[in-house]
Order: sequence, then C-alpha cells, then structure tokens
Amino acid sequence: MSLVLEDVGVRYGGVDALRGVSLTVEPGRVLGLIGPNGAGKTTLVNATTGLAPLASGSVALDGRRIDRLPPHRIARAGIARTYQNIRLFGALDVHANLAAGAIARPGRLGRAELASLLERAGIAGLDLTARAGALPYGDQRRLEIARALAGAPAVLMLDEPAAGMNPSETTRLVDTIRGLAAGGIAVLLIEHDMPLVRAACDSVVVLNFGQTIARGTPSEVGRDPVVVEAYLGTGAEALG
Amino acid sequence: MSPLLDFYAKHSRLIDQIGVNAILALSLSVSLQAGQLALAQAAFMGIAAYVSTILAINAHWPLIATIVVAVLVSTVVAALLAYPVRRLRGVFLAIATIGFGEIVRVVANNLKITGGAEGISSIPNDATTPVIYGALALVALALFALSRTKFALAVALVREDEHAARGVGVDVGAIRTLSLALGGAIAGLAGALYAHSSFFITPTDFGFVRMEQILVWCVVGGVTSPLGAVLGAALLSVLPEVIRFLADYREITNGVILLGVILFAPGGLSSLWRRGTVRVRV
Repeated sequence: MSLVLEDVGVRYGGVDALRGVSLTVEPGRVLGLIGPNGAGKTTLVNATTGLAPLASGSVALDGRRIDRLPPHRIARAGIARTYQNIRLFGALDVHANLAAGAIARPGRLGRAELASLLERAGIAGLDLTARAGALPYGDQRRLEIARALAGAPAVLMLDEPAAGMNPSETTRLVDTIRGLAAGGIAVLLIEHDMPLVRAACDSVVVLNFGQTIARGTPSEVGRDPVVVEAYLGTGAEALG
Repeated sequence: MSPLLDFYAKHSRLIDQIGVNAILALSLSVSLQAGQLALAQAAFMGIAAYVSTILAINAHWPLIATIVVAVLVSTVVAALLAYPVRRLRGVFLAIATIGFGEIVRVVANNLKITGGAEGISSIPNDATTPVIYGALALVALALFALSRTKFALAVALVREDEHAARGVGVDVGAIRTLSLALGGAIAGLAGALYAHSSFFITPTDFGFVRMEQILVWCVVGGVTSPLGAVLGAALLSVLPEVIRFLADYREITNGVILLGVILFAPGGLSSLWRRGTVRVRV
C-alpha cells in the first residue's frame, strides 16, 4: 500500500506549518524526510496520522482518503509511527507494549511472534517482563519500533529513531530499517543523522519553512545548492 | 447460638455495609483505571437506589427486577454523562462530575416521587447478606474476566498515554465512555443493594460526603487495583466501629488516613503486594 500526500497544508493559528507538500511513500522503499528544526517534518507525520488537521490537500492510503479519519482509525488502516520523544507505555512491561501495538489486530501475539518482533527491531531476547520505562534508551527506541511493527502496518513513520543512539547502534539501525523495507513496508524516515539517511533511504524529500525545497536520491539532494544553503551547510558531503 | 452466628447477629448491618461499600469502591476503581477522575459514583448510586426503591414500593416489583432496571438506568445516565465531559481531564473532570452529583442530589431533594428531603422509608429489606456478597462476587468475577481482555489493555493504555493509545488504534473516547458506563452500572448495583438493605434513603445519602468516602477507599487501597479498592473500603468501613470514641470526627480521621497514605504509601495498600510494573496479558 502506498501513502500519498498531495498538496498538504497545515496551519497553526496564523502560521503555515506545512504548505503544498506532496510526497509518496511506496511499499518496500525508504523515503527520507530531512530539514532544519521547525521545517515541519513532525507536523507532516502528525498530519498524516490525524493529530494535526489539514488546512488543504489530501492524504490517501492505497487510493483511499484517510485525512478525515480520527487518529485511531488511521492507525487501524495500517499507518504506524514512532515519536521524536519516545512515547512508550512506560509503566507497562515489554510484553504489554507489544500487545498494545497489536491491539487493533484480531487474536493475540504468540511467543514466536513476540520473539520475531523483537528480532526485527534489533532487540532479540529482550526480557518481556521488563518495565518499558526502565529500559536503556536505545532499547526503548527499538521497542517503540517493535510496538509499531506489532500492528503489521503497511506504512511505518519513524521520527528521528537514531536520536540519542551511539554510532554502533545507529549502524545496526540502518540494517533494521532496510530489513523492514525489504519485508514490504513503506517507510518514512525523519532523521538529522546524514550518514544514516544516505545508508538507509532510497530517496529523500527536504523541507524548509513547511515547504518542499528539494527531492531526489540522497546523493542528488546532497549536491543541491539550495539544500546545502538551507540545511546541510558544510555537512553536505555526508549525503554526497 | 454458635459464636459465628452470634458475631453475625451483632454485626450484620456492618457486614452488609462492607459488601455494598466494596462494590462502590470497585465502581470508582473502574473509572480510575482508565485515568478518569470522574466523581459521580454517589450520584449513579443514588439514581439506582431511587429507581429500585420506587419500583419496589410503588409497583411492587421483586428485588431482582428492580435491580436490573436500576442498573440499566444508572448505566445509561453514566454513558450520557460521558459525552459532555469527554474533553475534560483531571481536576476539571472531577469538578464537573461532582457538579453533576450535586444536581442529582438537589433534584432528589425537590421531587415528590423521591420523597424530597425526607426521602423514602419502609423499603423492603430483601437485600440480605448472601445477596450482597453474591453481587460482590459477581462483580469481582466479571472484572477479573474483563482484566484478561483487550478492553483492559486499552483501559491501561488510555490511563498511561492517551496520545500514544490513539497512535496504536485505541478509540480513546469509546474507552472513556465504556469505563464510565461500567462504573455507573456497578455503582447502580451498589445503590440498589444499599436501598434494599436500609430502611430508608434520603438525598444526603448520595451527596458529596459519600463520594469523598468512595474516593478515599480507592486512594487508600490503590487507585489502579480493584483488590486494593475493596480492601480500602473494608478497612475504612470497619475502622469507625473500632475507634468509636472518634465517631464525631469521622471525616477528620478519614482525612488523616488519606494524608498518611498519600505521604507514605502513594500507591495505596495494593503497593504492598504489587510490582511497580503493570502487566496486562491479552
């Protein structure tokens, strides 16, 4: 299932948080969404998942408009997300967090499926009875991905999953993200870590002040002077 | 007479009260588990008590039939109340629901059919101890069965983080309405049993003081633990009998106990046996 945003606009009071943004996230591919802080990246995820109302444009999943649905129905339609600031159910254990991700699916998660979810998120063998809020930071990030996967989503939106991770954890995260796309999931990745974006993404959309300023492959975007000026600066070589 | 029967004969009223109070505590516990500080339990209890009493006295309905109708009415009222308060959280929800409770009390105080401020007397005392404890067991069993369903998981998710709960597909509004309605149903059951185990009822039986008592039982027992709520209700129902010399200061002793629990055992009695981690297996 493809996720298609067309001419999406979001207004907060008198401010255009997003203006005329269009993009497509396709199954089996990873689309990177980059831009400076305040560019509208998280707003785009919020607009897609029903948390920010659209002022204009449309969001469609598999050809069906979803932008007028409430957030829980958008989630049930097959869009899962993680959050910039981790939003696990901290007082609940790992098992309950995974069950939460699968709450809209019929039946219950078996042992094998629980183990598989943890493995796909790169935290194989994590103690299912551990309190989610007490896990190391990197494990919490990955548990949030596992929770999102538990709902068997068609589209996965990862909001800065590498934030706070060390370089070796970030390298492992690339394998995780590529593995998810290889499994047929359409992945939207918001990241500031340019080596991660280059390694994980098939294509990239760059936002600035709520508008698209560039799109293309990571290397094309990395060479775009507008992007270099607005965002990458001297780090442009990271994408090139 | 055996010592047990002798004990029952002396304390049957208190034993019945403990059973009714335990059901009331469970009713509030259901709302609190969904993170809703909705304090209308005394009103739901009162509505059901009056419905069941009026049906018994005016229409001569049997106990079970009056209970069924009373519970239905309190459930519907609770579900309807959920709509106007759907956007309220925390203390704002508490104030709005306390306000609803006051409206119910004032209405009961002024209606002819409820007997006004004098209430209704000569209620058949047919809610016997086995009936009350049978109802308590039924409620406990139903809640235990419910605790192993996705509804219980959804309730825990709404309590923990409404935003993230929506993100995994939980209809937060429906869960809040259902938990309030379920709490209303259980409070209604307690109300009907209360009426049929008392000789008379008046509007003040279902006012703010009653609501405060129910809240204190739950806080003392542990707000997210049904067993804790029952223990809190039992303990604080017995306590006034144990410290009778402080009978005139009941509200003060309740307040002191509440403060003590908040300061020294914020998780309530249930924190003595529960782990800090919440497990919901579905």
